[in-house]
Amino acid sequence: MIRFLFKGLMRDSQRSLLPVIIVAAGVMLTVFLQAWLTGVMQEGIEFNARFNTGHLKIMTAAYARDKDQIPNDLAITRAMELMDSLKRDYPGIGWAQRIRFGGLLDVSDTSGETRAQGPVFGLAIDLLSGNKDEISRMQLESSLKKGHLPRKAGEILISEEFAGKLKVHPGDQVTLIGSSMNGAMAMYNFRIAGTVVFGTSAMDRGTIITDIRDAQLAIDMDDAASEIVGYLAGGFYDDPKASEIRSHFNTAHSNPKDEFSPRMFTLREADEMASLIDYSERFSSILIAVFILAMSVVLWNAGLLGGLRRYGEFGLRLAMGESKGHIYGTQIYESVIIGIIGTIGGTIIGLGFSWLVQKYGFGAAGMMRNAAMMFPSTFHARITPLTFYIGFIPGLLSTVLGTLLSGIGIYKRRTSELFKELES
Amino acid sequence: MENSQIIKITELVKDFPVGTGSFRALDHINLSFGKGEFAGLVGPSGSGKTTLLNIMGSLDTPSQGEVKVLDFNVGELSARESATLRKSKLGFIFQSYNLLPVYTVYENVEFPLLLLEFTAQERKKMVLDALEWVGLTPKMKSKPNMLSGGECQRVAIARAMVKKPMIVLADEPTANLDAENSHHILRTMEKLNRELNTSFLFATHDEKVISYLKRRIVLADGKVEIDEKTAITK
Repeated sequence: MIRFLFKGLMRDSQRSLLPVIIVAAGVMLTVFLQAWLTGVMQEGIEFNARFNTGHLKIMTAAYARDKDQIPNDLAITRAMELMDSLKRDYPGIGWAQRIRFGGLLDVSDTSGETRAQGPVFGLAIDLLSGNKDEISRMQLESSLKKGHLPRKAGEILISEEFAGKLKVHPGDQVTLIGSSMNGAMAMYNFRIAGTVVFGTSAMDRGTIITDIRDAQLAIDMDDAASEIVGYLAGGFYDDPKASEIRSHFNTAHSNPKDEFSPRMFTLREADEMASLIDYSERFSSILIAVFILAMSVVLWNAGLLGGLRRYGEFGLRLAMGESKGHIYGTQIYESVIIGIIGTIGGTIIGLGFSWLVQKYGFGAAGMMRNAAMMFPSTFHARITPLTFYIGFIPGLLSTVLGTLLSGIGIYKRRTSELFKELES
Repeated sequence: MENSQIIKITELVKDFPVGTGSFRALDHINLSFGKGEFAGLVGPSGSGKTTLLNIMGSLDTPSQGEVKVLDFNVGELSARESATLRKSKLGFIFQSYNLLPVYTVYENVEFPLLLLEFTAQERKKMVLDALEWVGLTPKMKSKPNMLSGGECQRVAIARAMVKKPMIVLADEPTANLDAENSHHILRTMEKLNRELNTSFLFATHDEKVISYLKRRIVLADGKVEIDEKTAITK
């Protein structure tokens, strides 16, 4: 009997193919939206993590207290020793030293007089050790507009907009005028290797990127770093895991009585990130819930209409002597099959689209042109474990629920009533 | 042959709710049918013939009175017992054939046997026999949409007869057929009535059907007006 009904189901495209397509389309949209929203919400957080907070960040307690002022006199000393210890104790995490500094960038003419000058924010990262992690994290290769990445000591990258203001080009020499770690005046010559566009006006306005060894020389921070940032394996922030590492590190290394002892912070604890993370999670959860609800109503209706359309057939089957319970059971059985096939199909297609958008992203540089905060210019989807099963809520549950409701009519109506619908 | 009683109707009343009141479709009907009858409920639309047929077919229940089909009191049967009665003892033929369009002729005829859980081998023999009775063996792999109206109704007859039911209930079986096809299927049913001793009860107002009936029960406004044995006039 089941084989007979299954044969009918497969042959009747109104009962099989069409509902499967509707379910698959609804599930695909649900899966893609979940991955897309998760990705977009996470993107802002990860972008900040890449440029600024890391998933984990180590500073001295004193530096952390006044970090907005970039107090390099309170920076971490014996940074290499701490780096070795971090690599040994937390091997799955990508650790990197960074120095932040401010000052003036001076451009001189051929006679040595100042031709142009502007305030600059400097970020020193590992550019020349051969390890490409930081270059890739900052997406410097894809952000490069003119010239090339620094290949030797003394070469820097400058933001394209800033270079335009100062009228400098790759190959030109510029001088950083700032203060050393010890409070003395520091002046250091750099040569521009290339210009970059970060995609955010906060950084494009006036940033240079130098190799960390150059910065240590320039502002007298030998074996010191403003901060050490850490990135979790997998590339995405995981708050419970980050919190566990933070607690472990602080217990082992941090001394509350010593303001120069290193202290680890999670991304959530950095700046205003806690509220951004909470906002992102809540906002995407609400949007996803609303969409799932809407899609559930659509698929529930599809199940309902599919059942109502077949009242005539049910009348015939009742006349043949099939019991109401058996008809109801087979109807649910069919909807479960359709729900499962549609959900699996829709999930696969949705995952496919999500993967493409996760890998290549959607460019939004045009919309971000005047943004004052650091935000990504490309949005990517993000596939999470939830992406694999979220489609089952509208795809299977709603379809079966619609069928369950439509099937109640078999019991509510008199057999001869169903029969009349058959004849009409 | 017609002496053993298979349906006994006593003081049958059927009311349908209409708004706040009710409409009486059948009004104190008393009838009985014997085995092997070829009888018809005759009357205009609204006379109650289809309602009476539905109750005899256990598709509906009486409001008052008693209807016994093969000693089963239709008014007291549970839904499951009604289904079992229909499945094993009754066959239905409808005005609009009501074949399942996605199944072949063979599969449509096979369907009642699946409900009765016959083995595949038994089903095959019974289906082929039934198709032979109605002359549709060459069309057994066709889908209903490839058949003429007359052929569809012959499939419906084969489907009703395949399990060799005690009673076949046919509601306006010729309404959608031309004269030639009507006579063809009526001759088929007459032959099956004769050869298998199956009782055929019709609800009809078609003169062609009436001309084949051996017993004519005329209904008007839910009451039996005439109940008579007839001479075949075809």
